[in-house]
Amino acid sequence: MHEFSIMQAALETAGQKTRDAGATQIHRLRLRVGALSGVVPEALRFAFEALKDKSLGAQAELEIETVPAVAFCTACAAEFAAADIQYECPRCHRPSGQLRQGREMELAALEIS
Amino acid sequence: MCQECGCSKPGPYQVGDRRVDSHTHTLADGSVITHAHDHGHDHHHEPGHAHPHRILNLKTGILSANDRAAEQNRGAFRALGLLVLNVLSSPGAGKTSLLTKTLNDLRGRCRAGVIVGDLATDNDATRLRTTGAPVVQIATGTLCHLEAGMVAEALKQLDLRALDLLIIENVGNLVCPAAFDLGEAARVVLHSVTEGEDKPLKYPPMFHSADIVLITKTDLAAAAAFDRELAWKNLRQASPRAKIFELSARTGEGVPAWCDHLLALQGAVAGATK
Repeated sequence: MHEFSIMQAALETAGQKTRDAGATQIHRLRLRVGALSGVVPEALRFAFEALKDKSLGAQAELEIETVPAVAFCTACAAEFAAADIQYECPRCHRPSGQLRQGREMELAALEIS
Repeated sequence: MCQECGCSKPGPYQVGDRRVDSHTHTLADGSVITHAHDHGHDHHHEPGHAHPHRILNLKTGILSANDRAAEQNRGAFRALGLLVLNVLSSPGAGKTSLLTKTLNDLRGRCRAGVIVGDLATDNDATRLRTTGAPVVQIATGTLCHLEAGMVAEALKQLDLRALDLLIIENVGNLVCPAAFDLGEAARVVLHSVTEGEDKPLKYPPMFHSADIVLITKTDLAAAAAFDRELAWKNLRQASPRAKIFELSARTGEGVPAWCDHLLALQGAVAGATK
C-alpha cells in the first residue's frame, strides 16, 4: 500500500510545480517507474483515482512509463537486461550488483495550463 | 494578452484575498469560452486553441522529500561516527529476537540503541528494553513502512553521543520499506528458514537493496526441510552485493560472527570521523 504515499508525494510535487509555473490545472501527469522500484503501476492508478480530486490534477490523465531493469557487468564492461531478479551476466554468468536503471520512481513531466 | 484569438478581457476579481483574472475568447469552431486564471497577469493562447497547455519536463524523484530527510539523517550519523542499520524482514522472521540476542552479546563492547517501528503496540520496545539499551518505539498507525522524517523525530528522544550503534527495526514488510531510505549505513534483510527458499526471488527490490542478509532460525532448518543450497543460490542472484550470515538467536549459533562483523563496521564508521 505504499503506492498511496508515493502518489500523494507525486501529486504534492506536481501541484507545487504547477503553481510555480503560474498555472492552475494539470491535464497530464507522466510518471517513470522502474521495473525493480517495488511499485505496482495498477496500485498507483488506483491511488491516483482516489487522491486526484483533492489536487490540481482532478481532471488529469495519468501516464505511467515502465523503465526496464538494466545491469552492468564489470568483467565484460557491458550492460545487459536484468530479467526480473536475474542479475547474472549472460556472457560470463557472473552476478552483477550494479543496476544501471530499473529503480526509478520519477515525476517525469506535466502538461499544465 | 490574447491577441492571437482576439478575445476581450474582463477585469480581475477577488475570491477572498486571492486575485483572479478571467477572459473570454472564441474558439475555431465558433464557441465562446470565458475562463479564469489565478494570476494577476494574462496568459498566452495559440490561435484557435482554448487552453494553451504547456509541458513541464521535471524528472524529479517522487520520494525526493524522503531522500532529502534521509541525507540529513545520514550526515548527522556520519558526523557522530555512529553506525546505523536498517533491519528489514517479513513479519515473524525473528527481527526482535535476533536484536535482543545481539544487544545482549554486544553489551560492554558497543553502546547500542534501537528505534523500532510497528503499526501498533510497544511490545517490541518492551522486549528490547530488557537488554538495557535505550529504545524508542514508533507506532506508524496504518503506515506500512518507516520514513526518514519519522526517524529524525525519534532521534530527538535518544542521546546519540552516548551511542556507537543505532539499529532501526523497520515495520515487518518485504515490499514497501525497500523504497524508503532512512539514512542508514547498511541495510540488513532477514530471511528465516521457515519462510522457504524463494523469498529473495519473490521480493527482488528488498533483497537487491540488502548490504547484509541474515538467514535466521537455523535451529529450525531440519524441521522446516530448508534447502540451504537452493536458498544460497537464490540469494546470490537476488542480493549479489550482500554479505550473508546464518544464525540462530535461540541457540546462539552464528551470532558471534555477526556481532564481530558489526563491531568491525562500527570501527570503520567511527574511524572515518576521527
